[in-house]
Amino acid sequence: MRAKLISITAALALIFAAALLHARAGGGTISGKVTYEGTPAKPKPIDMSKEPSCAKQHATPITTETVVTGPGNSLENVVVYISAGAPDDAAPSEPATFDQKGCQYIPHVLAFQVNQPLKVINDDQTSHNIHPLAKVNREWNKSQPPGTPPIVDKYDKPEFIPVKCNVHPWMHGTFAVLKNSHHAISGQDGGFSLPNLPAGKYTVTGWHESYGEQTQEVTISGSETKTVNFVFKAKPY
Amino acid sequence: MSAHKIAKSLLLTAAVLLTLPLLAVAQQGESHMGKLTGHSDAGKQLYFRFCWGCHGFRGDGSGENWLATGNYPTQPYLNIQPRNFDAAVFKCRSTPTGTLPLDEDLYNSVGRGFVMSNMPPWISLTKQQRADLVAFIKSFSPRFKSEKPGDPITVPAEPKLSVESIKHGQELFQKLECWKCHGPEGRGDGPSASTLTDSNDQPIRPYNFAVGSRFKCGATNQDLYKIFMTGLDGTPMPSFADVIKPEEAWDLVHFLRTLQVTHKSPELALWESTKEGAEQIASRRVSGTPTGSGIKQ
Repeated sequence: MRAKLISITAALALIFAAALLHARAGGGTISGKVTYEGTPAKPKPIDMSKEPSCAKQHATPITTETVVTGPGNSLENVVVYISAGAPDDAAPSEPATFDQKGCQYIPHVLAFQVNQPLKVINDDQTSHNIHPLAKVNREWNKSQPPGTPPIVDKYDKPEFIPVKCNVHPWMHGTFAVLKNSHHAISGQDGGFSLPNLPAGKYTVTGWHESYGEQTQEVTISGSETKTVNFVFKAKPY
Repeated sequence: MSAHKIAKSLLLTAAVLLTLPLLAVAQQGESHMGKLTGHSDAGKQLYFRFCWGCHGFRGDGSGENWLATGNYPTQPYLNIQPRNFDAAVFKCRSTPTGTLPLDEDLYNSVGRGFVMSNMPPWISLTKQQRADLVAFIKSFSPRFKSEKPGDPITVPAEPKLSVESIKHGQELFQKLECWKCHGPEGRGDGPSASTLTDSNDQPIRPYNFAVGSRFKCGATNQDLYKIFMTGLDGTPMPSFADVIKPEEAWDLVHFLRTLQVTHKSPELALWESTKEGAEQIASRRVSGTPTGSGIKQ
C-alpha cells in the first residue's frame, strides 16, 4: 500500500515537472531590433596614457561606449526586459560576471537578476576600484588590485546602477538588476530575443543609458514569435 | 465564554496590537551609544536650530547655504555639499563599505566635525544633545527602519612600530596604487586626482597628507586604519578590507604617518632616524617661510 502511494506520488510529481518544463521550454518569443533616429554623438577616443599597462593592450585607442551604434542605425547595449506581466523569478545560482580588462568594463552593460550572485574580476595589471553608484540598493566601493580574488556580491532590489572606477575616470558601466529572467541586451546588429514566454500580456521595456527608456505592450499566445522594435531618438551630445 | 468576556478579550487584543507599533516607533526614534540614549523629538528641535541651514529642511543636504539664492544663483556658499541624510550613505563608519553606520559613528562625526569642510565640531552641544541629533538624523532615511547597521570591523591591537613595518607600508602604498589619487608623496596630487568626483558628481580632493594632522574621520592610528578598511562611502575612497591583511594594514598606517611631514609622530621620528627616511623627509619638508627668510641663498 505504502509503496503504491509513493509510486503514485512520484509519477504525479514527474508529470507535473514535465508539464512545467514544457511550459518553460515552449512558449512564445519576443524578438526584434533596436535602432535610433537622428544623429548620435560621435564616440570619443579615450586617452589612456596615464595608465600605460592598459594603453598598450589597445592597438588603436578605444572609444567611449555611452552610445554604440552599428550599420543600419542599429543601437547596441540596450537592455530589453519584461517590466510587467511576468512573475518574479527565483535568482539563478550561476553568477553574472563583470570583467575589467584593458581598463574597460566587459560587458559594458551587465543584466542580472535580483539576488543573483554578481562576480567582479580584475584581469588588468593595475588596481581598479569598483564603485556601483546604487541609490535604491546599498552603495559600496571596493579596491581590487591585480591578482586579488573576485568580488562577489548581490543586490536585493531592482535598479539600474551606474558603475564607475574612480582611478580611471573613463571607465563607466551599468548593472541592470531585474526582477525576472526575461531580459536581453541588444547586440551589434541591435537585435534581441526574449524566448520561453508563457502566454500572456506583457510590458516590454527598452532601456538605454543615454536615451532613456521606452515601453510597449505585447500579447503572446501559444508558441508564436512576436516582433517588437524599438526606435530611440538620438541626442547629438 | 460569555459575549461580554469575548468582547473584553477582543478589546484587550486590539489594545495590545495598537500599542505594539507605537512601541516599535519609540524604539526607532532613538539612538544608543553606550549609556547614552538620544531621542528624535529632542533632536528635531536642535536640528532646526543648528543644522538645517546647510543640511536642509528635508535633510537632503540642500540647505540655503548650499543652494544659495539671490545674487549668487549658481555659486553655492559651501564648496563641499553637506551630507544628504536621505541617502544614508556616510563616510565615517566602523562598519564595512555598503552598510549603515553605528549610532556611535554618527555621534562621533557630529562631535568631531569634518576637516577641510564647513562642518564644525559640535562640542558646544552637550553629549545628550548630540545623541538626540543622531536619533533625529536617522529619521530622514527609511533605511534605518528596514536595515541594521553592519557588523563593526575588528581593529586588532597595533603591533610594535619598526622600520621594517614602515618600509613594508611604503611597498603597499605603491602596490595598492594609493598614489594614483593621493600622489607619490601623499600630497593629494596623483594622476587621477583632478578627475575625482563624489557620488553627487561634485568634484572632490584626495587627502593631502603633507599638511595638517587630522583626517576626515579622526586623528588616531585606529581612525586611519578604519578609513581604508571601511572606505569612505559616497566618495572615491574604496575599502581595502578584502585586499590586505590586518597586519599589512598596520604597516600602511605606519607609513602614512611618515607622509605627514608637518605632524610630529613616533613614526615620523623613527623614519627620520634612518638614512633613507631622513633624505625623503628633508626633501618633502617645505623650508623657509612665506616671506622668504630661512631659505638658503
